[in-house]
Amino acid sequence: MIASGPSRALAAPSRPDRGLFPYLLGGCLLVTFALSWRAAQVRPLLLFEAEGRHNILKFVLGAFPPALSPDFLQLLVRPLFETIWISVLGTAIAVGIGFPLSFLGTSNIAWSGILHGTDAGAPLRRAVKIVPYAGVRLLLSVLRSIPEFVWAFMFVRAVGLGPVPGILAIGLSYGGMLGKVYSEILEGVNERPIEALQGTGAGRAQIVLYGFLPQVLPQFVSYTLYRWECAIRASAILGFVGAGGLGQQLELGMRMFQFNEVLTVVGILFALVAGVDWLSAALRRRIV
Amino acid sequence: MAEPLAAQGWRERDRALWGWGIAGGAILLTAWSYLATGFSARALLGAEGRGQMAAYVAKLFPPDLSRPVLWDTLVGALETFAISFLGTVLAVGIALPLVFFSSRNLMYSGVLFELERERRPARLARQGGYLAAKAILNILRTVPHIVWALILVFAVGIGPYPGMLALGIHTGGILGRLFGEALEDVDPRPIEALQATGASRFQILLYGIFPQVLPQFVAYTLYRWEVNIREATILGFVGAGGLGQRLHIAISLFLEHKLFTYILAIYCIVTAVDFLSAQLRRRLL
Amino acid sequence: MYRLEGLTKRFGNLTAVAGFDLEVAPGERAAVIGPSGAGKTTLFRLLNLTLRPSGGRIWIGARDATVLHGRALREMRRRIGSVYQQHNLVPRLRVVHNVLAGRLGVWSALRAVASLVRPTDAEIAYRALEQVGIPEKLWARTDDLSGGQQQRVAIARVLVQNPDIILADEPVSSVDPSLANTILRLLLDLAAAGGKTLLVNLHTVDLALAYFPRIIGFREGKVAFDLHPAEVTDDLLAQLYAGEAAASVDDVLPHDRLRALPGACRPLQA
Repeated sequence: MIASGPSRALAAPSRPDRGLFPYLLGGCLLVTFALSWRAAQVRPLLLFEAEGRHNILKFVLGAFPPALSPDFLQLLVRPLFETIWISVLGTAIAVGIGFPLSFLGTSNIAWSGILHGTDAGAPLRRAVKIVPYAGVRLLLSVLRSIPEFVWAFMFVRAVGLGPVPGILAIGLSYGGMLGKVYSEILEGVNERPIEALQGTGAGRAQIVLYGFLPQVLPQFVSYTLYRWECAIRASAILGFVGAGGLGQQLELGMRMFQFNEVLTVVGILFALVAGVDWLSAALRRRIV
Repeated sequence: MAEPLAAQGWRERDRALWGWGIAGGAILLTAWSYLATGFSARALLGAEGRGQMAAYVAKLFPPDLSRPVLWDTLVGALETFAISFLGTVLAVGIALPLVFFSSRNLMYSGVLFELERERRPARLARQGGYLAAKAILNILRTVPHIVWALILVFAVGIGPYPGMLALGIHTGGILGRLFGEALEDVDPRPIEALQATGASRFQILLYGIFPQVLPQFVAYTLYRWEVNIREATILGFVGAGGLGQRLHIAISLFLEHKLFTYILAIYCIVTAVDFLSAQLRRRLL
Repeated sequence: MYRLEGLTKRFGNLTAVAGFDLEVAPGERAAVIGPSGAGKTTLFRLLNLTLRPSGGRIWIGARDATVLHGRALREMRRRIGSVYQQHNLVPRLRVVHNVLAGRLGVWSALRAVASLVRPTDAEIAYRALEQVGIPEKLWARTDDLSGGQQQRVAIARVLVQNPDIILADEPVSSVDPSLANTILRLLLDLAAAGGKTLLVNLHTVDLALAYFPRIIGFREGKVAFDLHPAEVTDDLLAQLYAGEAAASVDDVLPHDRLRALPGACRPLQA
């Protein structure tokens, strides 16, 4: 096939060694898999055993046809709107928290990078500036690591049932997420206009306003719209803990074994989520 | 194609206008929501509201750190971790086959099918398969994970197993869509070149498509794991095991100190998974 | 080797190839020149059996290639080696895998999988890379290579594939001009050594006239002239390239069908 002349002196170079990492990783994954299998008490066949099948069948038969009586649909109108309101207010609060904190939590605004490069009086000053930065990052981390569900029922305990705990839950946890992502966007900013502004002797606030903000706003808006999509889904579920919205109807339906009602609510949820997804994507396309 | 400067200017202006439009719309929407829900920032942040919240916070401290509780928390944390891990693995197992069936250019149109002279029934079968796969993925991801968890708890009883199944099913739908978007963005030119060497469709998949999408698949999966660890804690609430289940019990029995311990544990485990995921992403991509 | 009868290709309202006949004998070497938008790339994709003609026939050897499908189609494709202008290698694979991809037409599915894990035919790839001058790049990541090096890898793949016909679509247009001669000579040597038929689309007329004993001028989807380079006068060339076609047919490629409709938003990281 290939012109095979006299055997070559040079043999083909061998495959570069990738070290232990792939084997280590593979091993870890296998071990984790095995341990998780035990911990989660996985019994794959359980799903297909008689009782499991029977129950699933009961569910499927009970769900069709979906409950479409006008009385029931009437009941869903306010929760539907509530879900929207919760998601909007929650996202608004999240922006209110995340936006200011993100600036404090961005390294190249708070304590490093060009804005602070020529600052004399180095180590002590720097240490002082890092403290609020670290504090903000920790706060954002706590806010977003605790699932909104957990926030929600804590607020239910603290301030009572209704949409308010849901709004606060989304506001706080999404505030943490927005803060972190806004920070990441800010850190990816193009430094040259910043340098130029600094050269004109502008103060730090002005540099942020004229240098950072114009570059990041479209991305901020885009990501916030995306977060709103997630907020709608989350708002719908928070009703499970009594935080208002469609989730409450869902929980009721499941508890009362009214599966046809559950199907209807899921259907409405589907339409709502699809609508918001579409709107969000369309808006994002316009500003990118 | 370089746009003429004037057109660029108009486009910038359009973008800015849309930006203001969105901001205006958002403000209106927020105002409406504020009025409609009767959300009163004043009541919340006023003396009474703050008092209520402070009282609740006081109830949480200090966390219950007694041995049996700590041990139970550890078990719960491991269960939750297992649910999130296996759930993500199951999700990939569900998403991969479905995403290939739900990709139009792998099922019946595009360069890979240009020269195929298929009879109507075969082509219809493929299109049917495509639609079915898309529909399944849609259902999987639209039904909230909690509803899946409830159904499965109903089917197989409480414990972490239904939680893991629910997470896997729901995330499978989500990953299916994310993977699908990655598949659609594949560069078709190497695909065409591979086809020209006489490779079969499967070989083209393996050599041409898979290497292009693998990094994105891994990135999406790791990102979803970070979300799943949070969702896994929630699923327990409806009986699907882990810290969530313990959380629910603690709340129902008004055991606030235990609750706080569980919350601390959740924070630790979520942070741990976020960290692991970021590390893996850095190493693998 | 090739016999084209009334070959036509339409994309919707656009006629890319307007119905013409052509014969290419086995072992011949010919260059196809013409203005952009003339349909040279469409012709290339018809000849390497990527596109189906809207009308006419393509005879390869004694077989009508236009009626082939399934296994027979793949067999025929295996006998045709293709070199594209650029981007015809899989970027994230190592060079060895891209080169060995030439064997996919012969390998079973299982063998293809096994080779990705541990390529047992690395020697063959190495020999091929030696012939094109970059043997040391065997295990390099393909996207780490320069344009010229990548084209050599593409040629190495053709070497491994060992086809009866070699087609090339502007193989040197995206390559450093100093390398153009080297790469063209590689293709010509390859064809000569194996008695293979060689058809090359070329953008640079000088290269065509210098290296090929048969020049086919292609304009507006049809053969404008088919001559020995000595007979190609400046007048003929002027006519061929008169008013470089405004709408480029080669832009309307079914490439686009592999892409999603615009608007598929990619989700963002949280």
